[in-house]
Amino acid sequence: MVKANIFVILKKGVLDPQGEAVSHSLKVLGYHRVEDVRIGKFIEIVLDSEDPEEARRQLEEMSDKLLANPVIEDFRVEIVEGE
Amino acid sequence: MKFGIVVFPGSNCDADCYHVMKHVAHQNVEYIWHKQDDIKDFDALILPGGFSYGDYLRTGAIASFSPIMPAVIDFARRGGPIIGICNGFQILLEAGLLPGAMLRNRSLTFICDTVNLRVNRTDTMFTNQYVQDQVLQVPIAHGEGNYYCDNETLKRLQDKQQILFTYCDADGRETAEVNPNGSVSNIAGIINERGNVMGMMPHPERCSEPILGSNDGLDIFLSIIEWRQGVGMR
Amino acid sequence: MKQLTYRQMGLSDEEFQQVETILGREPNYLETGMFAVMWSEHCGYKNSRPLLKMFPTEGSQVIQGPGENAGVVNIGDGQALVFKIESHNHPCAIEPYQGAATGVGGIVRDIFTMGARPIALLNSLRFGDLEDARVRQLFRGVVAGIAGYGNCLGIPTVGGEVYFHPSYQDNPLVNAMCVGLVDQDEIALAVANEVGSLLMLVGAKTGRDGIHGATFASEELSESSAERRPAVQVGDPFMEKLLIEACLELIKEDLVAGMQDLGAAGLTSSIAETASKKGLGVMVDVLKVPRREEGMTPYEIMLSESQERMLIVPRPGKEARIAEVFDKWGLDAVVIGKVTADGMFKIYEGEILAGEVPVEALTDGCPVYVRQGEEPPHYKEAQAYDIDSLPRYDLQEALLKLLASPNITSKKWVYRQYDYQVMTNTTVIPGHGDAAVLRIKNTLKGVAFTTDCSSRMVYLDPYRGGMLAVCEAARNLACCGARPLALTNCLNFGNPEKPYIYWQMQNAIQGMADAARALNTPVVSGNVSLYNESRSAQVFPTPVVGMVGVLDDVSKRCEMSFQNEGDIIVLLGRVRTELGGSEYLAVCHQIEAGEVPQPDLHEEVQIIEMLLELCARGLIKSAHDISEGGLAVTLAESAIQGGLGFETDLPAAADQASQILFSEAPSRAVVSLAPENLDAVKEMASRYQLPWTVLGKVGGRRLVISEGNHELIDLDLEQAGHTWGEALACIMK
Repeated sequence: MVKANIFVILKKGVLDPQGEAVSHSLKVLGYHRVEDVRIGKFIEIVLDSEDPEEARRQLEEMSDKLLANPVIEDFRVEIVEGE
Repeated sequence: MKFGIVVFPGSNCDADCYHVMKHVAHQNVEYIWHKQDDIKDFDALILPGGFSYGDYLRTGAIASFSPIMPAVIDFARRGGPIIGICNGFQILLEAGLLPGAMLRNRSLTFICDTVNLRVNRTDTMFTNQYVQDQVLQVPIAHGEGNYYCDNETLKRLQDKQQILFTYCDADGRETAEVNPNGSVSNIAGIINERGNVMGMMPHPERCSEPILGSNDGLDIFLSIIEWRQGVGMR
Repeated sequence: MKQLTYRQMGLSDEEFQQVETILGREPNYLETGMFAVMWSEHCGYKNSRPLLKMFPTEGSQVIQGPGENAGVVNIGDGQALVFKIESHNHPCAIEPYQGAATGVGGIVRDIFTMGARPIALLNSLRFGDLEDARVRQLFRGVVAGIAGYGNCLGIPTVGGEVYFHPSYQDNPLVNAMCVGLVDQDEIALAVANEVGSLLMLVGAKTGRDGIHGATFASEELSESSAERRPAVQVGDPFMEKLLIEACLELIKEDLVAGMQDLGAAGLTSSIAETASKKGLGVMVDVLKVPRREEGMTPYEIMLSESQERMLIVPRPGKEARIAEVFDKWGLDAVVIGKVTADGMFKIYEGEILAGEVPVEALTDGCPVYVRQGEEPPHYKEAQAYDIDSLPRYDLQEALLKLLASPNITSKKWVYRQYDYQVMTNTTVIPGHGDAAVLRIKNTLKGVAFTTDCSSRMVYLDPYRGGMLAVCEAARNLACCGARPLALTNCLNFGNPEKPYIYWQMQNAIQGMADAARALNTPVVSGNVSLYNESRSAQVFPTPVVGMVGVLDDVSKRCEMSFQNEGDIIVLLGRVRTELGGSEYLAVCHQIEAGEVPQPDLHEEVQIIEMLLELCARGLIKSAHDISEGGLAVTLAESAIQGGLGFETDLPAAADQASQILFSEAPSRAVVSLAPENLDAVKEMASRYQLPWTVLGKVGGRRLVISEGNHELIDLDLEQAGHTWGEALACIMK
């Protein structure tokens, strides 16, 4: 059993109006030290696999094909259990 | 001419497109369920608007892996006309048939309104019934219509005249105020290099009958018919 | 899950004793829960049922009156409209987005469960004072929730109303209306006809959402309400869209004997209501129900309010084909029970009998309370208010203030978030007419819908206010050229155990009933939402009317905007001066008092008929009825929407200019017409015995209202348009 966390984040050059809105709201709440907010996605995947290397390869492939859109997003795979 | 309207789980505007093609443009038209893996005898495809797969993960992302999509991609490769409207445009982007990606509207809200569009080219299979720089009134209804591409892609789109429709004011001028969603360079619709795959966020099927306030959208469908009859490309 | 006492579940001591008497023993936990939700106000209507009997429910146009999932009216060509309005108030106070979204989901299911394709959504919303940040947050969340769910379903949200008033501070009201179109021979009822019929459950898996949601909706909000957050259901509009398509396919292929949606009180109410119609019984095996969570008890399964689930009673032999249709759409459909002959509702967990109650005890056995109403002291005080004692107020400033006030200003900020064009039927879009008008494809017909209620009027005089709500709805339809057919209503009130509140209910319902009878708009469906109050405030009594009408020729529809320079502007109906209950009094003088203008039902019928004839004969270019803000606002809105100014002269009535301009008395409309049609209009008015007044002409870029030689108002059209158009967007920035 392999448990993984996948973080999908907007690429650096891409405007993030949601992040901007949240940053503004935080400042309104008094958190003046907030400089930047970027909002992404967090995906938990459980794989029925005993081979951690193969699992990682598959997770990266999944992320590249479906979970993230490479035109606008980067991703990071973090194995939580099973490696 | 036989038009095919691809229906995904969650498509909403399939019936609207069907109505225009059958009852207004008087064409042969059929629905194509997304689970079919081949497209026989169709002359043109429409990917309609809606919320395929509930817009889960990213709008159009899951639909782009539907069983029908390899056949759609093959249809495009063979030069068949494909028009993607709203969610259909999003699916074409996710499938890689058009460059770029769609982001959430700058305002972070859904916007339903009628906008002005400038027709930038009339020598395509989708716009040959218009006049150069003609300004159309077409409805939009979307939460994620903020078209994005990087600078390199934008330059290429501009150089190869792939930007088909631009949000503009009543006089055809491209300004920030008239851009409803923040899309790069006021882009409302683009065409691929070859000229047979077109995606647009506004809904031409919603302005193809005078009773709905404007007839401006009908000419897109009539252009495809005209092209097919061999008179299209000038 | 923590065990609740019967009191915590919402049953009174007397009610619990009644259950014991019915069963001849003490009910177990599951059985207690089932009675508690079925006998809650939300499901059982125990405080309102005796009053609802006052409504007229019949007419030649009625195919199905109250008692089914929704009402059905004949619109000709073998077609019918299926419609209902429903509230989702309490959940919206806690979690506005999901509360509103699931409210839309629930009402849509009530429509397609009858075999009708939903073609329109409307909503009637009330919030507190917009100065309050929390109110703005609720407002934002509710609108986003309606948009998020409705847009995803591909059903256009074409109309509605939004009001703001401090009485709704802690108790927002969110009423959602849905209208569907059906061929009359395809109407599906929620009925299990035959012993041995199977019960199939389809749609989302069942989880622990919303347990005792029906109970939650039947009590006042308090601090502990926020702790009930788990009781708010989360909606999945994609799942609902799949259900709509699959269920309508079942209808087209005539595969079902009955269909019922699961709403408040989940499986318990859905199954009980399906079986109770024919005095039959049911058995259900909860182990067959697909679950989202582990370890769910029979209690949890039977009371869960997980969304997007339907109960199907297949035609004998059609189960396999039904399963195929659901499989195509990727939906789970399982047999969970069957109809029996013994009148008992038996719940099994595999082989074990977990509970057993007589079906009819849950539905017809619900107690009914006839309470005492008492006229509150504020009523006579408010009636006696002396309007003549008002200080003078600059009329131009008053008009600008009204145009900018939240209850009158353009609601574009709201409806821009709704897709109002999907399905390509909308011919009069939001903001352009007094009602929404949709075409019916492949016919010449049109249909029109509106929601209306002036809650301040109901508060000041429940009888007249109730009457006014029905009259206004009918008049709004007539202004568009649609003949009013029937109505649905959502009765939002406070705690009925309080005599002043019960008095409001009695009188409002009586007023609505009298008007509905006179206007031939029977009540075919509806919903009651009580206990809309918190420790600090009670809502204004708000009986919302949702009305539908039909146009034989949709090309004869009429909008509110002035069309051409030189057109003549005419006031149809009396010049009236009663300011009681008006926005003018509230906004400019901070007064909510005065005698509510007396409706004249005969006069209302006449003006409705005249408007219909004017539209049918193409004699007018615009029609806009007089309501909030009075004559002045009506004129301003027609001008702003048309992009054309006007010059008018008030009928001189010494020193009564403000009364004439801002009275919200009913049975009046402002129309504009080509000069050559004036004689025909005058002749028609005399035939209908209606007074009329030529007010002036359309033209120019200014809004000018004079009284003889004396200029009262002279506003720049663009400035007025900007004020009216942007006020709400500015507040919500």
